[in-house]
This record gives sequence, C-alpha cells and structure tokens, in this order.
Amino acid sequence: MAAVESGRPQAAKLRWGELEEDDAGDLDFLLPPRVVEGPDENGIKKTTEYRFDEDGNKVKVTTTTRVRKLGKARVSKKAKERRNWAKFGDAVHEDVGSRLTMVSTEEILLERPRAPGTKEEPSVSEGLGPVQPGAVLMVCRTCGKKGDHWTSKCPYKDLAQPPETFVERPSTADAASAAPGGAGRSAYVPPSMRGGGERTGTEMSRRRNDENSVRVTNLSEDTREPDLLELFRTFGPVSRVYVAIDQKTGMSRGFGFVNFVHREDAERAINKLNGYGYDNLILRVEWATPRPN
Amino acid sequence: MRPILMKGHERPLTFLKYNREGDLLLSCAKDHTPTVWFADDGQRLGTYRGHNGAVWCCDVSHDSTRLVTGSADQSVKLWDVQTGTQLYSFNFNSPARSVDFSVGDKLVVITTDPFMGNPSTIQVKRIAEDPADQTSDSVLTIKGPQGRINRAVWGPLNKTIISAGEDSIIRIWDSETGQLLKESDKESGHQKTISSLCMFTDKSHFLTGSADKSAKLWDTRSLTLLKTYQMDRPVNAVAISPLLDHVVIGGGQEAVNVTMTDRRAGKFEAKFYHKILQDEIGGVKGHFGPINALAFNPDGRSFSSGGEDGYVRLHHFDPDYFSIRM
Repeated sequence: MAAVESGRPQAAKLRWGELEEDDAGDLDFLLPPRVVEGPDENGIKKTTEYRFDEDGNKVKVTTTTRVRKLGKARVSKKAKERRNWAKFGDAVHEDVGSRLTMVSTEEILLERPRAPGTKEEPSVSEGLGPVQPGAVLMVCRTCGKKGDHWTSKCPYKDLAQPPETFVERPSTADAASAAPGGAGRSAYVPPSMRGGGERTGTEMSRRRNDENSVRVTNLSEDTREPDLLELFRTFGPVSRVYVAIDQKTGMSRGFGFVNFVHREDAERAINKLNGYGYDNLILRVEWATPRPN
Repeated sequence: MRPILMKGHERPLTFLKYNREGDLLLSCAKDHTPTVWFADDGQRLGTYRGHNGAVWCCDVSHDSTRLVTGSADQSVKLWDVQTGTQLYSFNFNSPARSVDFSVGDKLVVITTDPFMGNPSTIQVKRIAEDPADQTSDSVLTIKGPQGRINRAVWGPLNKTIISAGEDSIIRIWDSETGQLLKESDKESGHQKTISSLCMFTDKSHFLTGSADKSAKLWDTRSLTLLKTYQMDRPVNAVAISPLLDHVVIGGGQEAVNVTMTDRRAGKFEAKFYHKILQDEIGGVKGHFGPINALAFNPDGRSFSSGGEDGYVRLHHFDPDYFSIRM
C-alpha cells in the first residue's frame, strides 16, 4: 500500500477550533498591518498598529508623536546607509509604542559652579530691632519672639495657627487678650498662656496633645502632610501632622496622624471625616490610642 | 539640553563607545547583552546576544563592521555589527576585562582578570579579514602586574600598549616584545585603583580616573603627569572632548555613604573640567545612580553617560556650551 502523505498545507486557512492556546502568539497575520501617517506640517506623526492583549482581544494602538528637528548633522554616506539597517537581536519586535528611548521631560543644564561668597539661603530676618554687631540674632518662627530661642527650641512649639479661628470660641479668645502674660502688649498670646490653666508648662500640654491624636488610614499614595493639615484644620488648631512615607519609593504608606490642640476638635473631626471620600479613597479616622476617657 | 533617556539595559552600565563616524553608540552592561543605538536620536538598532556574563568592555572597528566585546564569562567575542551574528569567540581561563582594536583593526589587545591562581594577563590576538580564517592564537602574552588590569589600550602607531589597573600604576609595554618600558611615578600618580582610561583622538595624551577621587592627564610618550582634576567622589569613568579643551569625569559613591544616599533622585552628575586650566566648568545632573561610563561623540557635539541605574543618557549640547569662557 502506498503511503499517502497527508500533511496539512501551511496556508493561512487555520480553523480556529484547532488552534491551541499556545499558538495565540503567532496570530499576527490576523492583524491589519501597521499604518504610519507621516509627519505633517506640524511634525505630528500618527502610527496605528494592532496587537493582541493578554485576554486575546484585538487592540488598536494609536501613537501620536511629534517629530522635531533637533539639529542638522553632516552624515557620511556610510552612516546614512547604517540608518536603514534592519533591527536585530532584541530590537526585532520593537513596536512604535516602546518606551525604551524617551526624551527627558526635564531641561538639564550644565550647571556652572557658584562663585564663592554668594548666599543661597533666603534671609529669614525681616524688620528686626537693632542688633549688637557680632551677635547672632535668634528668631523663632513660631512665636515671633526675637533673640530668645530658635524655632526648634520654641516653648510654644505646639502651635499651628489656622487662618480662620473658630467663631465658637470667642470666650477663650477674649480671655486670652485679657491675660497677655509676659508678652507685653502684643496682640498675640500663645495658647499655653491663655486662660491660665495650662501654666504648668508645655510638657503637660504636649502630652495632652498626644492624647488628642487621631489616626487616619486608607490615605492615597500621594497624600502628604500639607494635605492632611488642610483637611483637618477646619475642626480646630492642629499641633502636628505626620504622614508615614516609604523611604524607598517616596509614597505614603497609607496612614498618618493628626494631633489636635483641643480634644473636642479631634472628636468632631473623627465624627465628620470617618468614611469621608478623599482623593478616590474612603478615609478611616479614629482615635490613635484606645479611646482615652 | 534635553537628554535622551535610553533604558535598554536591566542592569548597571559598564562601558560606552561611539563608532568612528559618531552615528552609532554601543553600550555594554552587566546584563550580558551589548546594545547598539543610533547616536542622534537614541533609537535602538539591535542587541548582540551570546554572552553569558557581564560585558565589561567593547570596541568597534574603523569601518564599523566588527565589534569586539569582553565579558566576565571568560570569553571575548567578535561580532558583525550590522546583523548581530557572532563571528568568533576567544576563550580564556578567567574573565576578560578590557578590549581595544589596534589602528588598522588587525590586532586586538585583551586583558584578563586574576582568577583561581592565574595572574592577570594582557594578550594580543590577530583578527583575520575573513572570520572563517580566525584562529585564537595569541601574538603576544604579558603576564601580569599584581591585581586586576582594568584597561589596556594601544599607544600611538600600535608600538606600545598602555595598561592601568588595581595597583594604581600605569605601565607602558612594548607591543612586539612585551617588555615593560615605563611605569608611572608612585608619588605623583594615583593612590588607589585606576578604574578608567580614555585616550585622546590623536593619542598624544590620555586621562585616567581613579578611586582616589581624582583624574589625571598624562603624556603618552614620556608618561609625565600633565594635569590633575580633583573630584569629591571616587571616579568611575572619564572622557576627553575631541572638539574643545574639556574633560568630563563621572563618579560613584563611597561604600560608607551608600546607606545615606541623598533621597532626592537624579543627583549623580558628570562633571566637566577645563582640560588645561583644571577648573570645574560645571556638572550635568540626572543619573539615579553612580555614573559608570562616559563617552564623547567624535564630533564633540554630544556625549552620553551610562549609570548604575541602567540608563544611558544621551546629551546634545546647547549652542551656549560652545562659547563657554573661563
């Protein structure tokens, strides 16, 4: 009996039912070819190509690029020929959308070294009183007292003044202005001097502050301290905000702490903001420690 | 300027080389695959597949048809630049570190690392016109100085071979007899391992960079120290501009400082110095990791840097670069 060679011809007429999953990668012939609409007068080039994504759907990818002339170059004939060489190695399957080569979005300059003697830091002191020549002028940014202490050593450290003070507290405000303490006739009186009740010192107030600590979780990746401050300051003066940041990636780890000066503000913040939608995530706001009473 | 970022390598870059006409840029990295790019817009042309270890160095022939690469997989391979096919492979007993074509591309000087009791060697192999005739006989073998030889290049007219390495001494050898002709002075020379060496286009002088945070310019014939450029970090890569009196030096980071790396990304810079006045001209920031490779385009109008971060950054100079006055 003569052996009959029955091989399937390698035509493009494959029946889809006979194709195995593994062959999915070779289906490029089913895709329409890539279309390039060349650079127009603005230099815009549109390339339309098709490919299969992971689920096997046919995907049309349109890439719009601006072709910009960077400069003129005199090329030798050989160099011009090399421009037309076919891609090889790993570059063979390179599609137009590959992000291997990108022009930097930042403008990078050849930074000249600064001449010695030029100052970089902006000067902090403005409108200060007469200073003895040679003396170091200490200015505290928090309480504005001059010549007493630096900002980091400010005894009135737990103070972040919200621009709109609460209308509900006219009494304390009045009491504050009535008892200026040792600050002279200045309009500003730090809260630790107000009402006289917290004279025992800032240690106490700071500790109490930590008991007014509110933990906020389910923060979005790019939330930072200023964002939390802005969100929580409407409930009252906030003494400290902290957002946990992953050192390696610079992203927020999703949680942070807000310390209120007044306990009632913290309580209201919790009631109002727990479950609040902020930057596409639902916040969880609660007491940081098990509820102290 | 707006540098072009090319992320073709998954691992740190080790070496960059332009071809003679400056239209192709070859990059070698620890990821086993040397890559060729177009030097004007940074588009990738192709990759050379075949090595099994980190590729330390490469060189391309005068007519841009042959590429030679030295790799830690103990082989030096000869490739056809256009198609990426491997033409020949020289095998050694230890990792190959540096390769350099001679003028005329008939010879190549290769250095191998000290490994498993074998000392470091400098070997010269003949390159045949027709790859089919290629043999792996060494024309010359010099058995080494102590320590790793990081770079060996041909001197003017192929009469000498200049080597520099871990023992921080630059040596000049006769290329026919293998005899040691000159050594650099110990006191005025580098004090720590020499990581890189770059010849000027006419080979009259060359620049070496060392872990002792300085780069030094030497006269090729007499090996006199001409200039020293001080950096604040160990030097990994050096390059001399073919057009202006500039040199560019790229550095790394001392091991003790690694855990205290500045979190602000993109702060590793390539520093430009005036070649003759030794003053710093400026720095080009942008790399996220130490700079391991630098190369000037032969026309002097652009340069590229390769970093530990796997990126190659191709910079075309702004017009005001050419009118910098010191």
